[in-house]
Amino acid sequence: MVGALLLLLTGAPALTIFGCLVSRGPRAAAMLNLAAGIVAFAAAAPLTVMSGGGPFRYWDGYVVFDTAGAWVVLCAAIVYLLSSIYAVGYMRLLDEDARLPAFYALFAGFALAILVSSLMNNAALYWIAIELTTLVSAFLVAFERAAESIEAAWKYIVIVSTGISLALLGTVLFYWNGSFVLGPTYNMTWDALRQAAPAMNPGLVVLAFLLVLVGYGTKVGLAPMHTWLPDAHSESPAPISAMLSGALLNAAMLGIVRYLVVADAAPSGVMPRGALVVLGALSLLMAALFIVRQQNIKRLMAYSSVEHMGVIALGFGFGGPFGVAGALYHMLNHSLNKPLMFFGAGNMMRSYGSKEISRIRSVGRCFPVQAGLWLAGAAAITGAPPFGLFLSELVVVRAGFERSFGWAALLMAGLLIVIFIGFLNHFRAMYFEPTADAAADPPARTSGGWCVAPMWLALAPLLVFGMWWPQSFWEFFRQTARLLSNAAP
Amino acid sequence: MLLTQLDPLAASLFSATAIASLLLAFVMLGSRWLDNYLYAFAAQSWAMAALGVAVGYFADSAELYLIAALSALFRGLVLPYLIRRMIQRLHVARELHETLRPASALVIGALGVIFSLAVSTKIAVPLGLGGTVVVLALTVMFATALIGFLMLAIRQEAVSQIIGLLVLENGVRLGAQILIPGMPLLIELVILADVLAAVACLSVLVRYLLSEFGNASTAGLKRLVG
Repeated sequence: MVGALLLLLTGAPALTIFGCLVSRGPRAAAMLNLAAGIVAFAAAAPLTVMSGGGPFRYWDGYVVFDTAGAWVVLCAAIVYLLSSIYAVGYMRLLDEDARLPAFYALFAGFALAILVSSLMNNAALYWIAIELTTLVSAFLVAFERAAESIEAAWKYIVIVSTGISLALLGTVLFYWNGSFVLGPTYNMTWDALRQAAPAMNPGLVVLAFLLVLVGYGTKVGLAPMHTWLPDAHSESPAPISAMLSGALLNAAMLGIVRYLVVADAAPSGVMPRGALVVLGALSLLMAALFIVRQQNIKRLMAYSSVEHMGVIALGFGFGGPFGVAGALYHMLNHSLNKPLMFFGAGNMMRSYGSKEISRIRSVGRCFPVQAGLWLAGAAAITGAPPFGLFLSELVVVRAGFERSFGWAALLMAGLLIVIFIGFLNHFRAMYFEPTADAAADPPARTSGGWCVAPMWLALAPLLVFGMWWPQSFWEFFRQTARLLSNAAP
Repeated sequence: MLLTQLDPLAASLFSATAIASLLLAFVMLGSRWLDNYLYAFAAQSWAMAALGVAVGYFADSAELYLIAALSALFRGLVLPYLIRRMIQRLHVARELHETLRPASALVIGALGVIFSLAVSTKIAVPLGLGGTVVVLALTVMFATALIGFLMLAIRQEAVSQIIGLLVLENGVRLGAQILIPGMPLLIELVILADVLAAVACLSVLVRYLLSEFGNASTAGLKRLVG
């Protein structure tokens, strides 16, 4: 049953790639991609429930499906569904109909690579899946072919590939370290590494983990390796921005978490965890500084992704049942919230014909419904109650105090307040400040139902999860925390 | 094949090829001509293939011969061919703006080697592998990776950056060949395919850069800040 659903999950986007290339019609490709999004989500939801009975292994142990992977798959499937709905309406506005089938083929390929990477049981194959996500999405970032988007794609691919090469170096060192215990040839699964870890050389583990952390951390967008992220997120079409932020970053985070488990099992002290916490805190700091002075609406959202990846890194870095639960819950909430923000930003950008915050004014008066949704999303993303992110951030802070990372928890709380003020100040300006140029044309009404419906779909669960943390989630998080601690699997 | 009890001949063969490829990385660092980078990179890939054959012979493994052959074919011929075509399209034969003179870059590269040696010794001695070929393998691996990084940082032509990435990757491969010859064949093949795909993607992006900016210097990519 699980195997069949996994096939469905990955088969739907895989078939879509071919379908889009064959169909040649922009509408057909969009609908095909939407269908794949629906199927993937319909498969991911029951899979997440069933993952508790696992871990399940397939194909000689090359594929694993455990609760940690299932959660990332669920988040990715949600974002894929929302983005594929939004893309139907949004991509029509770009006047690039001839290239749309190729776009949707790449879109489905990107989703497929993300989903597959979360299922990889072999550290080297995981590395390759992550590298593939970069190669595919670079063309999605460059889709608009403007000078800025090509610049963003180039920086993205060069910076991330460099980072990923460091992760490969770390992977090689881990394999070498494991070979002292397991012999020269072995299947480098996460479990094998964990079992070999207690006998590994601690110094080498720390070095290898730091390389992996910096490598995959580049992909996650942890400061100071985040420099590609604002460029790529702001220059790609809005549905792709949502995919990059809500789905891809989590998939790379999963790799760091899996290596952290190995490093924990080795006698390597607090260094690996401490390094993750420091990078998380640094990301929050960097995001706070750039959010306060930001002038570009999509870059504002991008720096908010750096912030939230910092929070998730802190959650996993703190560890323990609370840290893991907070980080996982935050992952889900962020994956719901960030598409909402990027969709709103995309709609406004099209309507006002600019990404400059100073050119977007009187949003509330011109677009009452969308403005309401977007403002609610902005309140949610800054961690205001009654939305989900408030709860998850609270749990992460609590985990910090419990696990003797009090300084990081305090810093995090302080920076979240700074970000709250800075972020919402931009929204205040966009909603309530008068237009500088009174003679300017009123914004065009470009976005139809396809562009607004996914915003509703994202906001509703966000509100529900803010007021009600289901008991079954607790069970799931506790099980995942056990999986990620070094209790016997 | 145990790295602690190597045949002296094997040890010297491994060392010779590894050091040759490190020197070739310095050739790239010390030049400003794109052609030199290209040939040095191709030669480095051949040195790696030679190392692969040597390891395969002493470990008595047919798989390693296969990997060495594929490595020579793809890294030594196909990739240089792809990059050569890119260079011909560019109408630029050399780095035009230097962030750092080649002479200074060589000095920094040398410092990088010393640093790598220090780190490698620190790693190898607790493992009881001090004074063996492991130290050399680690040193060459880290140093080549650092030189690749340096090239990425100080060179501005798009082609130089691609070669910088490939040197970085070559460095990792080179160390891996000595340290973990037992790495499964499947993984090797997929990584090789991945490198090819990466270079293909980069070459398409170079074409976009050319059509949009009129040149492929990354010095002009300054619009996105803040």
